[in-house]
Amino acid sequence: MSQVQSDYVSKNASKLKPSGIRKFFDLASQMENVISLGVGEPDFVTPWNVCEAGYASLENGYTAYTPNAGLLELREGISSYLNEQFSLSYDAKSEIICTVGASQAIDLAFRSILDTGDEVIIVEPGFVAYSPAVTLAGGTPVPLETVEEDEFKLTSEKLKSAITDKTKAVLICFPSNPTGATMTEEELEDVAQVIKDHDLLVLSDEIYAELTYDQTHYSIARIPGMRERTILISGFSKAFAMTGWRLGYVTGPEEILSVMLTIHQYTMMCAPTIAQHGALEALRNGREDLERMKRSYRQRRNFIVKSFNRMGLSCRMPGGAFYAFPSIQSTGMSSDEFAEKLLHEERVAVVPGHVFGEGGEGYVRCSYATSLESLQEAVKRIERFVNKNTE
Amino acid sequence: MNEKEIEILEILEDNARIPLDVLADMVDLSEEEVEKTITSLEEQNIILNYSSVINWDKAAGKDGVVAMIDVKVTPKREVGFDDVAERIYRFPEVKTVYLMSGAYDLSVQIEGKTMKEVAFFVSNKLSTLDSVLSTTTHFLLKKYKHDGVIFEPEQKDKRIVVSP
Repeated sequence: MSQVQSDYVSKNASKLKPSGIRKFFDLASQMENVISLGVGEPDFVTPWNVCEAGYASLENGYTAYTPNAGLLELREGISSYLNEQFSLSYDAKSEIICTVGASQAIDLAFRSILDTGDEVIIVEPGFVAYSPAVTLAGGTPVPLETVEEDEFKLTSEKLKSAITDKTKAVLICFPSNPTGATMTEEELEDVAQVIKDHDLLVLSDEIYAELTYDQTHYSIARIPGMRERTILISGFSKAFAMTGWRLGYVTGPEEILSVMLTIHQYTMMCAPTIAQHGALEALRNGREDLERMKRSYRQRRNFIVKSFNRMGLSCRMPGGAFYAFPSIQSTGMSSDEFAEKLLHEERVAVVPGHVFGEGGEGYVRCSYATSLESLQEAVKRIERFVNKNTE
Repeated sequence: MNEKEIEILEILEDNARIPLDVLADMVDLSEEEVEKTITSLEEQNIILNYSSVINWDKAAGKDGVVAMIDVKVTPKREVGFDDVAERIYRFPEVKTVYLMSGAYDLSVQIEGKTMKEVAFFVSNKLSTLDSVLSTTTHFLLKKYKHDGVIFEPEQKDKRIVVSP
């Protein structure tokens, strides 16, 4: 970029580095016959009844704005859904905002709580958008790496070591993208104690909550004393296979939510109306489809994780989300080398772990939200690749 | 029926040709355990058969017609509808027989080489049975979906190749 052009760009915005995922997208999308385990979204198409509700909303002329926070009916639906599924209680009128995907909720949350110089501890390996969102809001992201020995869970010791006078909030995401790690009630209680002792806020991204396989999901907001300091972010994308609809939501204490709503009102107006009608149908009649998809993910998880271990790539059984995060250290390659070589030699796309934070180096993220047939073929190809590349 | 048995049945119903080792991984059992379970399900006649869903319209060289026949019958004392149902389903050209609620009693699906052959079956074999009061024959024109399988599926994955 020339000097003149770069002067036009905000200094803050130009701090952002393009996502490492981009490079693999560019490479993989030019090739044919690629099996992609790089996709961070369900392979299911949105259940038909939800699509139908979207059509019907158009037919019935629901083409105008909704209230800023979203249709009250939908917020009431979300409120009782959160109560039934996760024993959380949020007031539909003042403590829930419907957003354009969970992504917008993350952006809104950071803009609502951060002043210049405030630090946010980001638990990594993690979703690529957290740190940039902190930077854009004027804060300073402080990555905190979790490790495989701890099953990629956050521990209270780790958390304590990262806290400074400037720490304002901690971002956690369990079940985790990319590690699939989950945390139990007891483990969260430990962490919550540190958060309360240091008077911090928590942003809890629970977008994968429904895709928890071996236990029931427990939200940190349930722990006594945590509700008032937790901003809970979720949405319809992963559980209901609605990524393209762009519908998320955020819940939290009214004092923070009201600030978020003001920003939302000026910058977004409201979440898409059609998507809100679809989401309402998903809440009312989507449970059976959700369970069906979840069963299928769990079966595919079991298959791919066992396959990785058999071929010599050590891989924990992830408790949630739809990612396996095998270690590729036995091949002696970096995660970048592994992913690039695998793509060129065997046409399988995976995402190198370092993209999700330095602690992800030595691992690759493999999404099993892909048909079983494709997974079987991918396993064959990766096995051939690993055999060839380990002496 | 335990949870694993139901899970195995659901997977097999969707894909009977799934390799045993893959199936075992999916349900988190050993291959031996899965094999044992399947054998037992077969012995109990819970798994009856492993068939394929075929789009015969695309398979050149085999033509045929399918008809669905609504049949009204008089049930018999003691045996009810079972007796007449059996007399119908024993014909090899009859592919399915269901007892229905509503305007008629038995729904019979038959396959023949030509319309004439089907017509002959209805007039000479089916209608002549003592218990059969009336029949209404519908010829099948096109199959869109059968047993949960869409006949012209959209294969293309519409997702972008790599996403965060």
